[in-house]
Amino acid sequence: MEFLVASAIGVLTAAGLYLVLRFRSFPVILGISMLSYAVNVFLFATGRLAVDLPPVLSDDATAYTDPLPQALVLTAIVISFGMTAVVVLLALGAYLSARTDAVDIGLDDQEADT
Amino acid sequence: MNHWIIAPVVLPALMAAVIVLAMRHHQGLQRIFSLGACTALVAIAIGLFVESASGRIGVYELGNWPAPFGIVLVLDRLSALMVLITSVLAFIVVLYAIGSDWDARGHHFHALFQFQLMGICGAFLTGDAFNLFVFFEVLLIASYGLMIHGGGGRRFRAGLQYVLYNLLGSTLFLFALGTLYAVTGTLNMADLAVRVAELPANDTALLRVGAMLLLLVFAIKAALLPLHFWLPETYAEAPAPVAALFAIMTKVGAYAILRMYTLVFGPDAAVTGELTGPWFLIAALVTLGVGMIGVLGASKLGRLAAFSAIGSMGTLLIAISVFTPETTQAALYYMIHSTIAGAMMFLVVDLVRERRGAAADALVPAPAMAQHGLLAALFFGAAIASAGMPPLSGFIGKLLILDAVRVSEHVWLIWSVILATTLVAVLGFAQAGSKIFWKTTEPEAPATAEDTPAADDPAPTAAATMPRLPLVATGALLAASVLLSVFAGPVTGFLGETADQLYNSEIYVSGVLGAR
Repeated sequence: MEFLVASAIGVLTAAGLYLVLRFRSFPVILGISMLSYAVNVFLFATGRLAVDLPPVLSDDATAYTDPLPQALVLTAIVISFGMTAVVVLLALGAYLSARTDAVDIGLDDQEADT
Repeated sequence: MNHWIIAPVVLPALMAAVIVLAMRHHQGLQRIFSLGACTALVAIAIGLFVESASGRIGVYELGNWPAPFGIVLVLDRLSALMVLITSVLAFIVVLYAIGSDWDARGHHFHALFQFQLMGICGAFLTGDAFNLFVFFEVLLIASYGLMIHGGGGRRFRAGLQYVLYNLLGSTLFLFALGTLYAVTGTLNMADLAVRVAELPANDTALLRVGAMLLLLVFAIKAALLPLHFWLPETYAEAPAPVAALFAIMTKVGAYAILRMYTLVFGPDAAVTGELTGPWFLIAALVTLGVGMIGVLGASKLGRLAAFSAIGSMGTLLIAISVFTPETTQAALYYMIHSTIAGAMMFLVVDLVRERRGAAADALVPAPAMAQHGLLAALFFGAAIASAGMPPLSGFIGKLLILDAVRVSEHVWLIWSVILATTLVAVLGFAQAGSKIFWKTTEPEAPATAEDTPAADDPAPTAAATMPRLPLVATGALLAASVLLSVFAGPVTGFLGETADQLYNSEIYVSGVLGAR
């Protein structure tokens, strides 16, 4: 299971980074979403991987899984969800007002604007 | 438990909600309440500042959960100082925004502004690393909205870049926090400090990775080279009051570096003490160099101001990177100064932009603008402050830094870089100033040129229609810089105590963990 989780994080991160480096807004947003999935799984794993264990106190439990990373992941999911919504709208706004979805602002753009 | 500690977070949060829910169609009410909230924030910040001056660590346990199980807000000298700077800057910036009608060029300026203040104050006050992340996100998401306030294609594109860059930074932040949590099992900063010190020396590879990732995140916020790419475009394109408020945002990164790398990964922590090493200093030196060369090479005043912000961050990070109480004292003084000077520069640039019409802030000769002399004087003041020339506070700040870094083994390198870049900056500002304020072209001659009464008519009327309040706000920043140099003695005295408190991290740790 450790290998599965670790390789999933690795693949998601690699794919995310590749997409981020595409420099067009849609792939970049996809890439950032992938990175945030990767980080969510990573955070989840920081409390050690444990299966079928209760996170909070109960009388008949012999061992526990760490509840804190789960709370952290929940926070991170909410934040990244909101951020993705913001960045999609922003990318749309940039595309509609500038008629280009290039993330990079090149030299020729600067001269065109001045 | 002192409940005032949480007031700088709660007050802007409530005010933002009230503004957006109850008075979204009433510009006048929004202004009154926003200004009122900023005034109250200044008062609260002064109160907290006075309290922290006693040297006692104030701890606020959220939900009355004791540290390290619950989140705590911690008030020490450094955080009180940062909250005070933020509130004063916010007050002046809101005055400017109201006076220049910037807040009416889009929706929800004041609500976003209050949310941003909430995030900044929270980031300064929190004593929990994950809570620091949350407040970073709060201030960032508000800043995304503020950044594109007023709209426009170019601003949208710069805003998109800014958002994407910071989203990557946030992801990195989470990776860093996850790593730290996996190693230490805690995210409370004081508890982290204890656990890191206890860690066996041969078991620290992961911890060092985490510490390094964290430094990268804060370096992004602080615009340390080569992670500064988001800054020039963002600051140059952001609305002026927003850019002026952003002057404190890079300082959030610097603050976080200071906090984490004195408290948790302090210079005498065995496992991570030498981690930042000389490369952090080198990066800061390069930041300063690139910033000031950018000042010299900028083709627009907006970009000039942005690069001067990078340069000032470079100077600040040089002083921070040496990690001794004396250099930190100098760094804190320079931090106050560069917040004021950076904000003033952005406001002056906007004043110029508003008055020059089509030429805007491009460094090309154009007809003399309204209130030409006054603006030239303000620009002169801002330039002197930013470059670090006497008599304003930049000079004292740089002098303190030059004096304090004598303990570093790289002292000659630091001295030569700081002095050379100061010269470059002086050249850059002088060149920009002379292009805009001296090389004025003749105004487009009106058809009735021989009509002398009409000729001197336009300037006074144009000056009369220009609002006064933005000038007052900019002047207030200039006055703050003057006051900072006049009262340099008492200020550095306090900052010395602040630095001592930072480097005696056991005071902080026992203050937080002993408060059970």
